[in-house]
Amino acid sequence: MKREGSPLKGVMTIALKEAADHMTSARMHLIMLLVLLTAAGAVYAAIDQIKATTSEDPFLFLKLFTVAREPLPSFASFMGFLLPLVAIALGFDGVNGEYGRRTMSRILAQPIYRDAVLFGKFLGSMLVIGIALLTLWLLMFGLGILLLGLPPSGGDMARSLAYLAATLVYTGVWLALALAFSTLIRAPATSALAALSVWLIFSIFWSMISPFVASALSPVDPYDPVSIVHAYETGLAVARISPATLYGEVATMLLDPSSRAVGPVFMSQMQGALVGAPLPTLQSILIVWPQISGLFAGMMLLFTGAYFVFQRQEVRA
Amino acid sequence: MSTHVIEAKGLTKRYGAVPVVDGIDLTVEEGEVLGLLGPNGAGKTTTILMLLGLTETSGGTVRVLDKDPAREPLAVKRDVGYLPDSVGFYDNLSGRENLRYTARLGGLTTAEADRKIDTALARVRLSDVADRRVATYSHGMRRRLGLAELLMRDSRIAVLDEPTSGLDPQSTSELLDLIRSFSQDGITVLVSSHLLDIVQSICSRVALFNKGRIGFVGTVEELAGKVGDGAFHIEVTAENIDVAETAKRIDGVSDIRPAGKDSWRITASRDIRAELAKRLVERGGSLTNIDARHVSLGEAYNLFFKEARHEA
Repeated sequence: MKREGSPLKGVMTIALKEAADHMTSARMHLIMLLVLLTAAGAVYAAIDQIKATTSEDPFLFLKLFTVAREPLPSFASFMGFLLPLVAIALGFDGVNGEYGRRTMSRILAQPIYRDAVLFGKFLGSMLVIGIALLTLWLLMFGLGILLLGLPPSGGDMARSLAYLAATLVYTGVWLALALAFSTLIRAPATSALAALSVWLIFSIFWSMISPFVASALSPVDPYDPVSIVHAYETGLAVARISPATLYGEVATMLLDPSSRAVGPVFMSQMQGALVGAPLPTLQSILIVWPQISGLFAGMMLLFTGAYFVFQRQEVRA
Repeated sequence: MSTHVIEAKGLTKRYGAVPVVDGIDLTVEEGEVLGLLGPNGAGKTTTILMLLGLTETSGGTVRVLDKDPAREPLAVKRDVGYLPDSVGFYDNLSGRENLRYTARLGGLTTAEADRKIDTALARVRLSDVADRRVATYSHGMRRRLGLAELLMRDSRIAVLDEPTSGLDPQSTSELLDLIRSFSQDGITVLVSSHLLDIVQSICSRVALFNKGRIGFVGTVEELAGKVGDGAFHIEVTAENIDVAETAKRIDGVSDIRPAGKDSWRITASRDIRAELAKRLVERGGSLTNIDARHVSLGEAYNLFFKEARHEA
């Protein structure tokens, strides 16, 4: 029952074509313009703020990512909010667009497996997102060096690179979601709306909904102090269903070396800790490793779902 | 190796409990042009997709070039080119770029691909517009670009699904000429269509589909013979004579009925035209027309499906 030939034959051809299509599409140009403008705004505001409160900070560069000045949010929160939009713009018509253009049956009649089409689409879009993120990251550092007049330290580089990688995975979750919708739903407009609704729910409404869900799941008993801890942890668990929450935790932990934990910490656990002292980079990564794994798992799960549906899908509508 | 390039036995496709293709047996000889004919929804496209391994079969076996399309899809797809119903291309790319993309998917090197693309485009007369975006192409040009793709890939079998639908008469005849030249090059061609009259000129054999079954496979002449009742239908127009009275005496005449002023329609078991004409003239009638009414292919096709409907 073994299939002849490699299921990956043609993946790179499709990925490169997808990437080339995205790079030249007006859709991508518009959305990247939006991201660049907001990023530039956030960084510029952050630099102003940093200059105003100059202090001894071994990780001054990382402040570029996290410092916010009213009314603008920080660069990291901008990314958490806007990158899903980029991913959805790239992926929402990945599969159903091919059906709509009537190119799907012609492509599948070429000597390649179906696997290659979906892998290629995912890889191609990831490639474009990777290039865009790397460019953004380099621009950040360039702006930082120019306006702060400081070179980034090794720790800055290591932490921001880890942050870059985590951001890529986070965007991958949304890309996989968009591709899954484009496989399930035949009309591109509908699949775009579906993906955008999920994005809105998770980025805006989830933080409002999760406390209610949590209090229903584990109500606080005023005579039992431990129930407060349980309620808090349930709330956290519900909130972490949203990839945006996970990404927020990863960003905080990686970009702020002094933060120690993402959950509740007891006083007894703080004994002997030097509050405010930076953690080694690897320790910070270790703390949010579950979050990173969670994001990765979400991406894989969504992609596998799309893959499963796509492999069995009829070529004809 | 056998000359059967495609062999299907008991091919079945069910969606739920509804059979779309219901136990089809089909053999395609090397180098022939086989027309798959039938009304929309008769199961032609589903059969084609099963032959290519693009849809799973619910039952039966398929061998294409002695390979199972479900088990060795790459080998089958390498040798079989498919032009889907209303084929689509990437509108933002030029015709040449579209072909380059599929050439890369097929594993051709760039130099080899460019050479083959040039030859193929010249053959379908798209060389002048090869570098224009496909968005500017007409329906006919898109179909020709699809044929160029099959040529570029050196397909041994070309499967064309409704290649002429939606084309004007001139583009249709251009396309049919190209398809005819395919078979002259030794490519086996499968053409599906719901229009018999259009494909009859290029098909060496036809298979008639109806409700998921093949009702008939054979040459167009065999089809006409099968559908007719074997009798001769003659139309006669003669003045100053009672044709019915004369014809009645001829051996083999089974039915005579008037068909308008001085015209008669006669059914006989053999060709009685010469004898009837002689007698009519001998008896002083002025014969103005005598004609054997052939069953046209379009009529044969319609008759066939009418019969199939009655049986169902």
